Amino acid sequence: MTDAIPAYDAAVDAPKHHHPVYDYDSGPPVDRGKFAIWVFLGTEIMFFTGLIGTYIVLRAGSPSWPNPAARLAVDITAFNTFVLICSSATVVAGLFAIQNDDRRKFNLWWGLSILFGAFFVGVQVYEYWHLFAHDMTPNQDLFWSTFYVMTGFHGAHVIIGVIWLAAVYVAALRGKYSSKDFVGLELAGLYWHFVDLVWVLLFTLVYLM
Amino acid sequence: MVDIHAPHGSEARPGMGEPGTTREHHDHHELGFIQKYIFSVDHKVIGIQFMITGLIFFALGGLFAMAIRYQLAWPWEKMPVIGSVLFPNTGQAITPEFYTMLFTMHGTIMIFFVIIPLLTGAFGNYLIPLMIGAPDMAFPKLNMFGYWTMIPAIFCVFMAFIQPGGGPAAGWTAYPPLSTVTSAAPGSLSAQTWWLMALTWVGVSSMMGAVNYVTTIVKMRAPGMTMFRMPLTIWALFIAALLQLFALPVLTAASAMQICDRMLGTGFFTPTNLVVNQFNPETAGAAAGGQPLLWQHLFWFYSHPAVYIMVVPAMGLASDILSVHARKPVFGYKPMVYSMASIAGLGFIVWGHHMFASGMNPALGMTFMVATIMIALPSAIKVFNWLGTLWGSRIHLTSPMLFALGFVAMFIIGGLSGIWMAATPVDIYIHDTYIVVAHFHYVVFGGSVFAIFAAIYHWFPKMFGRMMNETLGKLHFVGTFIFTNGVFYMMHQLGMAGLMRRTADPYDYETYAHLQPLNEFITISAFLLFAWQIFFVWNFFHSMFWGKRVGRNPWRAASIEWDTPSPPGHGNFDAPLRVYRGPYEYASPEVEEDFVAQSRDLTGKSE
Repeated sequence: MTDAIPAYDAAVDAPKHHHPVYDYDSGPPVDRGKFAIWVFLGTEIMFFTGLIGTYIVLRAGSPSWPNPAARLAVDITAFNTFVLICSSATVVAGLFAIQNDDRRKFNLWWGLSILFGAFFVGVQVYEYWHLFAHDMTPNQDLFWSTFYVMTGFHGAHVIIGVIWLAAVYVAALRGKYSSKDFVGLELAGLYWHFVDLVWVLLFTLVYLM
Repeated sequence: MVDIHAPHGSEARPGMGEPGTTREHHDHHELGFIQKYIFSVDHKVIGIQFMITGLIFFALGGLFAMAIRYQLAWPWEKMPVIGSVLFPNTGQAITPEFYTMLFTMHGTIMIFFVIIPLLTGAFGNYLIPLMIGAPDMAFPKLNMFGYWTMIPAIFCVFMAFIQPGGGPAAGWTAYPPLSTVTSAAPGSLSAQTWWLMALTWVGVSSMMGAVNYVTTIVKMRAPGMTMFRMPLTIWALFIAALLQLFALPVLTAASAMQICDRMLGTGFFTPTNLVVNQFNPETAGAAAGGQPLLWQHLFWFYSHPAVYIMVVPAMGLASDILSVHARKPVFGYKPMVYSMASIAGLGFIVWGHHMFASGMNPALGMTFMVATIMIALPSAIKVFNWLGTLWGSRIHLTSPMLFALGFVAMFIIGGLSGIWMAATPVDIYIHDTYIVVAHFHYVVFGGSVFAIFAAIYHWFPKMFGRMMNETLGKLHFVGTFIFTNGVFYMMHQLGMAGLMRRTADPYDYETYAHLQPLNEFITISAFLLFAWQIFFVWNFFHSMFWGKRVGRNPWRAASIEWDTPSPPGHGNFDAPLRVYRGPYEYASPEVEEDFVAQSRDLTGKSE
């Protein structure tokens, strides 16, 4: 029943030393990198869903929950939140500038975003240092467990975000991006907006509620 | 070569009816050995790297299984090799703690280092660009990092074995408080932390792979390759990648929290006033007030979809292989796609069926039961479609075909036991018995592993340009099939008698003493099953160098990966490419041969 497997025939089967040019693109008309970063941000949403879901379940299941205002400096963090939101706005302004080939404005806005991001990290480090100095460590109770894990993982994301913004900034200063090619900047910007958005959620849940 | 910022829009959109094909380009350059075979960015090399790594771990996980079986047949007797090396003080018999470590690491290695890397890592990498007509993955470097992050995972898993107290022993499910409180068991000392880190690294690797697969499949299909002209293997890998993308991060978050519980003293999974072996973690300064059950929810939120990550690609591979070797189109192509998608979709809302006996709200159990039983529907559609494909076809009983048929048969048994196991009243009875062990081994060994063997026999000529030996392949199948059933079918009987899983010496209970002869039979079958794989190992490595040289399309298959040279060079395709039809045009009345290749133009314009 088995048909014989055709023998190797060099005339047909040998590889030809040329290959097709792939200048087409299937699927939705977005850049490949942009498509991938949206998919990646979907996974990030699931990651924070796991953390935030845990927080909600643990808090709902606890007989009592401390008032965050009594334990955390809400006003300082509120200002810090404002700075982070500003950094998202400056990223957008920087992107508009490069789309108009206005390098001077781009350098200003994008540099400001990096500064704002670094400021946010600095304030958070100060907050941690201060809390640790007063023995408010993750092993004290569930409030601190959830607080440190959620803000800690978010902080790690902010640090990665700042590094990413800085890396594309260096490339931009060397003239890599222009109004014709700014995808690299957009990718960093998308990630940065995501990190900001998560913070707004975390700030509301952890500090305000 | 690949222009990432290729022009979009009108001129060269595939599947829109334009007659455009790819143009030709002459260019050839040689890479050094290290760039070509070690730190390669070529999806084919990375796929083969994943395959070899997976197969090595398969042998390791198999050895763990052999040790488990030895203990269950002849408890506390001298264990060969392991006994004399590790247990000189206990008369060469293993300890209960060591047994616990064995089944923990058997599960962990088989799931995270064998099945998932083989299906998504090896075949995902190797087949996706070839079967959709792309030169490589969308992000070749990311792809390379995806393989190389397996190395820290492997490092962590080996570190776990050499920790004080022995390897991790909380089961592959790592339920707290056993896994989080260090006083609970020797395996819950530092070994458990290494285990959690290994899992996190595997997760990072899978993540990179999944982002790449989804982007490649959506953005890099050849002209004419519409989504509904893709082979079912690609659909399956696409769906499995989506499952990974949206389920895996939750496990990553959960294992991060478990690491914090263990290392920072947080209290996510530690309840108030918990005392384990006369030790209360709160007295050591750890937080409490958490919920052990929460871990089970988070863990199964990933690990149930993970079951489908392990079986959906197997379904895809089997569908393709059945169609090629039966010389008949897949019966009901679109229903096959929709049923895979609905299996995956339902897979997200059924995790609670692992927790019927956990103390979870019974009303919730009802919901999970209904959703789980609903999965029988798409699964049955798939089985009937496979049978429909075979009906009236011209079956060639080649080694890949035999394994694919074996897959269908085994999946039916594993799938059927899954349906009644999903019913809460039944499950509460059989929870944690060998019925469950029998069920998931039918699906994962009888299902996924049979499909992996089928796929290796089927695509081996493409990978290495040489055939595997057919006689040895058939011999391999016959023994594997018989001994698989000898091992796992009998476990149903054990489960019906109530035998619990994860017990080093069940015969200590008088009720189970009569089950020892049956366990001896299973163990002998398992040894034969393991030994029988020598036919495969020999065949695999021998054929790689001395197998019969074959051309591009030894199976006379219609999908486009067979247009490439065997093995395909860097950049895959060596001629302009356009796809005209679906992948299963066998026994076509339009042509004299019994198949029409996807890339063949029958309009007469360009042939």
